[in-house]
Amino acid sequence: MSETFLDSTELVLNMGPQHPSTHGVLRVIVKLDGEKVTGTECVIGYLHRGVEKIAENRTYAMFAPYVDRMDYVAAVSNGLGYCLAVEKLISCDVPERAQTVRVILTELNRIASHLIWLGTHALDIGALTPLFYCMREREDILNIFEKYCGARLTTHAFRIGGLQYETYDGFEAECLDFCDKLMPRVDEYEELLTENRIWKDRLIDVGILNAEDCKAYGVTGPMLRSAGVKWDIRKALPYSGYEKYDFEIPTRTNGDCYDRYMVRVQEMRQSARIVRQGVEKLAAGPIMAKVAKVLKPPVGEAYVSVEAPKGELGYYIVSDGSTQPYRVRVRPPSFVNLQSVDKMARGSLVADLVAVIGTIDIVLGEVDR
Amino acid sequence: MPEEANPGGATEPQKPEETSAPTGGGEAASPPAESKPAAPKPPAAVPAKPAAAAPAKPAAAAAPKAPAVMQAVAWEGELVEELKEEFGDRIKEFRTYVGQEFLVAEPGAVIPIIEFLKLEQGFDYLVDVTAVDYPARPERFEVVWILYSFERNHRIRIKTSIKDGEKVRSCTGVHLTADWLEREVYDMFGIEFEGHPNMTRILMPEGWGSFPLRKDKAITDMDNRWVRENIGIESGQ
Repeated sequence: MSETFLDSTELVLNMGPQHPSTHGVLRVIVKLDGEKVTGTECVIGYLHRGVEKIAENRTYAMFAPYVDRMDYVAAVSNGLGYCLAVEKLISCDVPERAQTVRVILTELNRIASHLIWLGTHALDIGALTPLFYCMREREDILNIFEKYCGARLTTHAFRIGGLQYETYDGFEAECLDFCDKLMPRVDEYEELLTENRIWKDRLIDVGILNAEDCKAYGVTGPMLRSAGVKWDIRKALPYSGYEKYDFEIPTRTNGDCYDRYMVRVQEMRQSARIVRQGVEKLAAGPIMAKVAKVLKPPVGEAYVSVEAPKGELGYYIVSDGSTQPYRVRVRPPSFVNLQSVDKMARGSLVADLVAVIGTIDIVLGEVDR
Repeated sequence: MPEEANPGGATEPQKPEETSAPTGGGEAASPPAESKPAAPKPPAAVPAKPAAAAPAKPAAAAAPKAPAVMQAVAWEGELVEELKEEFGDRIKEFRTYVGQEFLVAEPGAVIPIIEFLKLEQGFDYLVDVTAVDYPARPERFEVVWILYSFERNHRIRIKTSIKDGEKVRSCTGVHLTADWLEREVYDMFGIEFEGHPNMTRILMPEGWGSFPLRKDKAITDMDNRWVRENIGIESGQ
């Protein structure tokens, strides 16, 4: 029997690096049998800037702004993780007020990051409307950042030892006002999406990653929680005084794209709750610990991680006693979580691959560093 | 894009590569015996010193006092006893520094330890695999594994030292997440992991001529040949 073109079973397709649904410069080589995905391979590194190498050539304080450029939609979390790691090395206690402001800004940033995710992911699935609403709410957060430190995206909001800037007049009121506004609006997003039939058809039982697989792949953050593991570093290994806040860890059981959506939406509500408590706690006091102008941490090493919007973001810093870090290793959640895409997408349809990549919530600046 | 502007702005790396760093590192490797007498000290007292001294005379006070080796104290506990029983002298040290525990093992023992910790002790999450380069040491690379146990809510590190060119066994058989993490270590340091299903570069382009995170590579070092052949320009550096 002679072969015709109809007999060809496998098609290798190149998605990206300029594909809109890959959220940046991710290239996925997809092996297809008809419309079914039989294998994927991610090609990354297009945004590699050698952040870890740069760190070795900067002083501790000089490197801080660079970390904002990794996960640029959640720059505040990046900065917090780095500051905490250096503070661990120099055994520095950050004043109460600075910690509270840090929590408020970090949680606002978590909401901003989830909003971006929700808007763009809905766009991937074909719902155009939520993007505009999400961007509108995010704008309010960015305005708060801008008033606080002058920058909207790459904020460099924190310093090693505390904060550089005192909050501006009306900061508390604006944060509370935002939380009041956000709650009904999250309800509105849910009205648009949660029970939407197309939304459910596209997401339920798509890209399932159960708890066991999550742990095997080192997947953390909302993805892990959507699989039923109630684990959040803010609760498990609290930092910046998170143990004093009353909030819940939203979880789901199925671990599919829909559950990841539900977890993130509920996390926005919890973050708003934390922001409110933070504003209530905010008492007058110093905002900066006494830190040496020329920072020379003693010889040693530390690994400190925070719960970034995407998962566990860790910094492993080795000090040789000089003014520059000997080694800074960033443990990026997006990079590790992205690894599971093959497991989730195998056997699904091409359109589902888009949903899967979307719900991992990657930022390529962080994947490639 | 603001993030693209930054790496290019590498104007001031005045730090020559092999100044104080390797010597400090080299010392840290050799005399574990020296640092042992320091062990009985309460761990909090040691790191507190520089912070307390700093405000008065920042640089001057802190610099001469700072010890040249990590002031790590002994790590004791049930887990340590069990590991000692299981692996004996294949684990060389159990230490704690700033409240974080780590152990130093022989290269060959690492994967069995990780497997033992996963199966018997509940350390089921491999957080990270990375390496540190100390060119002055005879065993140049320190490879680091970070493990976490959901059950115990406990994080530990495993470290080992290897020579340049020596291979480490891959951990992919125990933790799937090691796949990309080990590839990144290979990509950045040139440390090969034996038994890895796909030991290729991950962030740098294939065919790149060097391993960027090695200390003997300056920050401005480019693979000029690669850039010329593949992009068709002379290196911008």
